[in-house]
Amino acid sequence: MLSLRDLSTSYGPVHAVRDVSFTAQEGQITAVLGANGAGKTTLLRTISGLLRSRHGTIELDGRRIDRLSPERMPALGLAQVPEGRGVITELTVDENLRLGGLARGRVRPADLQRVYELFPALADRRAAVAHVLSGGERQMLVIGRALMSRPRMLLLDEPSLGLAPRIVTQIFGLVRSLVEDEGLSVLLVEQNARSALSIAHRGIVLNLGRVVADADADVLADDDQLRHAYLGF
Amino acid sequence: MQQLVNTALSGLTLGMVYAAFALALVMIWRSTRVVNFAQAPMAMVTTFVALAVIDAGHSYWLGFGLALLSGLVLGAVVERVVIRPVEGKPEINAVILTLGLFIVLHALASVVFGNRYRSFPAPFGVRGVEVGDTTLGITGFGIFSIAAVLVVMALLVLLFRVTDLGLRMRAAAYHQEVARLLGVRVGRMLTLGWALASVVGSLAGLLIAGGSLVHPGFMDSIVVFGFVAAVLGGLDSPVGAVVGGLLLGLSLSFVSGYVGSQLVALTALAILMLVLTLRPGGLFSQPAQRRV
Amino acid sequence: MTRLRSWWSEVTLLRHLVLAAAGLLVVVAVLESAGDFRSLQLASMAYLGLAAGGLTILTGLNGQISLGHGALMAIGAYTTALLLPDRESSTPLALVVLAAVGATLAVGVAVGYAAARLHGPYLAGATLALAVAVPGVALFFKGRLGGEQGLRVVLPDIPEWVLDLAFFVTGQELTRSRYVAYVAWLTLVVTFVLLANLSRSRVGRRWRAVRDDAVAAELAGIHLGRARVSAFTVSAAAAGAAGAMMAITVRLAAPSGFTLNLSLTLLTAVVLGGLGSLTGAIIGAALLTFLPQVVTGWGTDAGLSDIRAAELAPLVYGLVMILVILLAPSGIVGTLRRLAVRRTRGGPEPAPPATDAADPAAPSSSDALTTTSKGTSP
Ligand SMILES: Nc1ncnc2c1ncn2[C@@H]1O[C@H](COP(=O)(O)OP(=O)(O)O)[C@@H](O)[C@H]1O
Ligand SMILES: [Mg+2]
Repeated sequence: MLSLRDLSTSYGPVHAVRDVSFTAQEGQITAVLGANGAGKTTLLRTISGLLRSRHGTIELDGRRIDRLSPERMPALGLAQVPEGRGVITELTVDENLRLGGLARGRVRPADLQRVYELFPALADRRAAVAHVLSGGERQMLVIGRALMSRPRMLLLDEPSLGLAPRIVTQIFGLVRSLVEDEGLSVLLVEQNARSALSIAHRGIVLNLGRVVADADADVLADDDQLRHAYLGF
Repeated sequence: MQQLVNTALSGLTLGMVYAAFALALVMIWRSTRVVNFAQAPMAMVTTFVALAVIDAGHSYWLGFGLALLSGLVLGAVVERVVIRPVEGKPEINAVILTLGLFIVLHALASVVFGNRYRSFPAPFGVRGVEVGDTTLGITGFGIFSIAAVLVVMALLVLLFRVTDLGLRMRAAAYHQEVARLLGVRVGRMLTLGWALASVVGSLAGLLIAGGSLVHPGFMDSIVVFGFVAAVLGGLDSPVGAVVGGLLLGLSLSFVSGYVGSQLVALTALAILMLVLTLRPGGLFSQPAQRRV
Repeated sequence: MTRLRSWWSEVTLLRHLVLAAAGLLVVVAVLESAGDFRSLQLASMAYLGLAAGGLTILTGLNGQISLGHGALMAIGAYTTALLLPDRESSTPLALVVLAAVGATLAVGVAVGYAAARLHGPYLAGATLALAVAVPGVALFFKGRLGGEQGLRVVLPDIPEWVLDLAFFVTGQELTRSRYVAYVAWLTLVVTFVLLANLSRSRVGRRWRAVRDDAVAAELAGIHLGRARVSAFTVSAAAAGAAGAMMAITVRLAAPSGFTLNLSLTLLTAVVLGGLGSLTGAIIGAALLTFLPQVVTGWGTDAGLSDIRAAELAPLVYGLVMILVILLAPSGIVGTLRRLAVRRTRGGPEPAPPATDAADPAAPSSSDALTTTSKGTSP
């Protein structure tokens, strides 16, 4: 569904992503793994158009999207949850969610209803300023906000960062069920490889901006050498 | 006693106008982190537009409307042409640009309209309203001023709190990148924010001008009062700006009435220094919260 | 050659003194050939340059903006006027200048403590308030400060030894106008040597550190507030000296001389010349002094009335200031310096960093205006 070919992005002389090629299949969770500084965030920001690639192509369903601006992504069915979650803390929970709906033109009450059903914790705090939410609640909020734009593919940047293991399990379980029940596709960027591989179908390992492995998730999880070298578990 | 009441009433009127001007500054500060000092000459220019229209024999209200409209356009043009190019550069660039604009608009107005004082009409009486046999220190135009500012404030509240556009504008102001990922055209929102702020500033200009004299520098002290009012309110808070404007209007009115009008600006400076020393985050913040 | 150059850049104090002496020689040469009118014009250039020099230290080295340097000059000027009310006043000129600097310094500390301590638009706003407030003070204390008319300044007699010395050195009688010009330029040179050394010292490095990265500076143990307040105070002191020079040049301290326009014009001079550069401040001051006549001339030629034509000069300043920030943020001096560097290195500038599509206006080191303030020799 989303395929990258020879994608490279640099910050001046720093080549953060080099010749990356892979395909994220429809209806699957594709995990992009790698240590801190491997280039994962850069990759995601290049896909969403926040950064421009040096060269290479990005195609969504065969259509090139690598020269489109980030504002166009929601209309294409891509929803990115940025690193650090990107909650707009000055707005209320409800307003954050509504913004997600506006990304697709308008707020559909049914969508709002569904997000509140998925995340009852948010429903209780609709009118609260997002500033007061806990880390886990914030992660739910941004995933809910992304869902409000009815995406076909969700791009998640380190959703587990800074969350308690129990919450991570809960959120990852939810992501997996969205994929299984509703056919959502997910590109999941994670340092926490063990958790990510536990729900992913496929895994891509980045090191210093390059792809060093691209295989089914269970293959990666069983490759002791790779795990020790790049995934830290 | 009567002087006291009258001083308070005229302070209230002025305070509302300062509040409007402070609000214009806060709107721009919140979205682009620039204090638009050029707001003063911008409002001056639009007031002169109104004066030109009125002097050409048209009605006050046509001038009023065209002034607000030209404020809208001017604000948008300034954001697009002058401010946008330095987005993301050191803040000082944008500040210097607003000051350059300050000088340019001043000089342009002097070249085009001349440097002398000209009287500006008011649509309602500029004599005190009479209650029984006492004349109150509030004029028909003063009442109109207060009402106009209240209406504008209510419209802004509606825009920002209720409409989708307002939500997008706030998102763009608070978090540009996330807003972009959510499909918000951040650039357009900022332009619109500047345009609306400039309308509010223009309104303040028209209200200050009504029934009094205008010249190219007539808004210069108002931008100071607007700034002090905004800082009193914490610079980031629209409600704070309004409260700050009212407080400042009252204080300055008393200084003007009981001490001397020449010291009004000095009083504003003194109030500013006091607030910055004791409560840099504004009157409603915890003391000394915003150090450094 | 290169070794000589690196040695030259190391001996800061010596270098500044040599440059100052050379500068004084130029001043003598120019003033000796100038008539009374030109002398006074050059004296104006000196006081504008002084104030601009102070402002450029604040803005270029510390990244803060003052819109009140005109008002600070007013304080220096009124102090001078109060101390020089008539020919019998016995205060020596040097003491008068020191008093003017002292009074301005006091106001600078007060305003600076309240506003410069804080990061944000506070100093700009407070100094703007100062600029708007000061003329009103002169109007309010009409008895003491002369109201609208202002105070006359009576220049004390030129000391005998100065007359003798001048005659001995130049072979010409020293006129009062030329004397004033000498005093103003001498003050400028002395102040600039002090400012240049200060900016090369530890204090100056702190100011720059705070400007470039406040967080890093704080981690390095620099007290941010203190650094900001001290930069503003030093800058204010220079404006005080400028005010004193203005008072003895114009022989008057009146509110109409210290409008907001003066403050803004000083900022123009600083931006045109190149932020942080004292040389730039002098260039800017020269433009402020000599450009208006030219531009006003164009205006009257084009059929404008005198009063309106006089407004063309600020129009040009303002436009140029905007264009400089948009197109060449390092000002005249910075741009020349960059051209020179490019030539000596013989190559193009380093490739632009950032392929950041999100922010087409991302700062690149070559045009961020606050990075162009290296080197502040007068
Ligand atoms: N804005 C930036 N400017 C310069 N270099 C950056 C920037 N952001 C990231 N980098 C560098 O790019 C590389 C990849 O970073 P990133 O994509 O954030 O990695 P990850 O998300 O895998 O931790 C790192 O070496 C990092 O230092
Ligand atoms: Mg990352």
